[in-house]
Amino acid sequence: MKQSIFTIISNEALTRDVYKMVLSGDTSAVTNCGQFVNIQLDGLFLRRPISVCDYDAETLTIIYKVVGKGTEAMAGMKSGEKLDILTGLGNGYDLTLSGSNPVLLGGGVGVPPMYNLAKKLIGEGKKVSVILGFNTESEIFYENEFKALGCDVTVTTVDGSYGVKGFVTDALPASYTYFYTCGPEPMLKAVYKATNTSGQMSFEERMGCGFGACMGCSCKTLTGYKRICKEGPVMKKEDILW
Amino acid sequence: MVNTKVNLCGIELDNPVIPASGTFGYGYEFAELYDINCLGSFSFKGTTKDPRFGNPTPRIAECPNGMINAVGLQNPGVEKVISHELPLLKQCFHKPVMANVSGFSVEDYAYTCEKLDKEEQVGWLEVNVSCPNVHGGGMSFGTQPEAAAEVTRAVKAVTTKPVIIKLSPNVTDIVSIAKACEDAGADGISLINTLLGMRINLRNRKPVIANTMGGFSGPAIFPVAVRMVYQVAKAVNIPVVGMGGVSSAEDVIEMMLAGATAVEVGAANLVNPYICRDIVRDLPEVMAKYNINNLSEIIGGVK
Repeated sequence: MKQSIFTIISNEALTRDVYKMVLSGDTSAVTNCGQFVNIQLDGLFLRRPISVCDYDAETLTIIYKVVGKGTEAMAGMKSGEKLDILTGLGNGYDLTLSGSNPVLLGGGVGVPPMYNLAKKLIGEGKKVSVILGFNTESEIFYENEFKALGCDVTVTTVDGSYGVKGFVTDALPASYTYFYTCGPEPMLKAVYKATNTSGQMSFEERMGCGFGACMGCSCKTLTGYKRICKEGPVMKKEDILW
Repeated sequence: MVNTKVNLCGIELDNPVIPASGTFGYGYEFAELYDINCLGSFSFKGTTKDPRFGNPTPRIAECPNGMINAVGLQNPGVEKVISHELPLLKQCFHKPVMANVSGFSVEDYAYTCEKLDKEEQVGWLEVNVSCPNVHGGGMSFGTQPEAAAEVTRAVKAVTTKPVIIKLSPNVTDIVSIAKACEDAGADGISLINTLLGMRINLRNRKPVIANTMGGFSGPAIFPVAVRMVYQVAKAVNIPVVGMGGVSSAEDVIEMMLAGATAVEVGAANLVNPYICRDIVRDLPEVMAKYNINNLSEIIGGVK
């Protein structure tokens, strides 16, 4: 974990309420895809935890949905503005278990952490299937970005306005070696049931600190109590108590 | 050269800065970030007789200048704290620590305190009679002078180290409770624990916290804390540890002027994990600014 000041390079709307922010700063503490950062915002007490979409040696990309005061404030920020960010939080995805043909399932703002994961898996020569789930066509983002990585991309919409009508689980490929997913809890539960391999799921919870100190985000698992922010946010399917 | 040392119940601290229980784990999470030996001490995560998962989530809510938590005393239980947490803590912190203890009966308190009292690294026992998060638990002890005194007597009977009773602010007369603890043999008083609070989500009209209510902390409660520390410190002859919304060296000095011998820092640790290190670093400069050479001389110095 590291606390440092980042500078906003760009901050643009991808859809009506989903924004992409690219920041420059010290990303040395970000060691894995699936980790998150915790952002301090003027006038708000607690930091706001946001998953990392992509990162390299100098930049950090986050994609967030405006859902409250914190993300509302972020949406109004301009390039050049500075943010105090804790980086390198959480465990992230374990890539070593993917097998040759993993499937990645992202729902809504659960899509962003799939991006760097897909990039890394493609880099390792894996054949990567990606299923991106949204409510409706106007909410879709990052379909082309995943295609550009070389993934086999399927988009699902609940209302059928684009791609496969239904949920991400309605588009599961016939065969895959492993799964990785991030999305709202009902989606994670559906993925848990619909998949026939092991896999990893990323969870979210209201957090106090984001680095394991306050026990604000604890959950029960088959292998004991875990903190979503520290032992998570990524949990293995076989550890989940459902 | 200014002197930041204070003496808390017979143990000298290099400075009065103590991370508060529940915001600093068992220390080693923070030891990854900086050398926590710069701290005066720290109060470790509230420990109970048996392991506890605590409350359902969400346990946390944002508030103006603060937060609500309803963690519900999640901890591995005293046996595991002694076998697993304290050895880890010992590797990263070489000063006496404050063992924070909660319980659900007088016997629970005595049992847990007696165990922790035997641990070499424990300098003080901080007995939480005030945690507002647990149904039928700590709250009832801290709201009545007789019940707080009973816990104090039971713990004192089985321990050798200084016993500091941590009080709840959610009472009509904090002074009578503090005095009852002093009369029952308490070696110190710490206050304030969190204020009982609640938030409601306008979208679904449900409480934000799964437990409905929780403990409100953060800078917003600082004036309440200063007032209660002032009232209690004037009324008792034992040291008072002040806490509640402290987040700067200036706040530490204000708390000490109100009567605190040492000062705990809570919610601020969760927002800035380096805050206690920074307060310790800033203290000499801020002392110089206010013409303070010896920090212990300003305790209760409000005119």
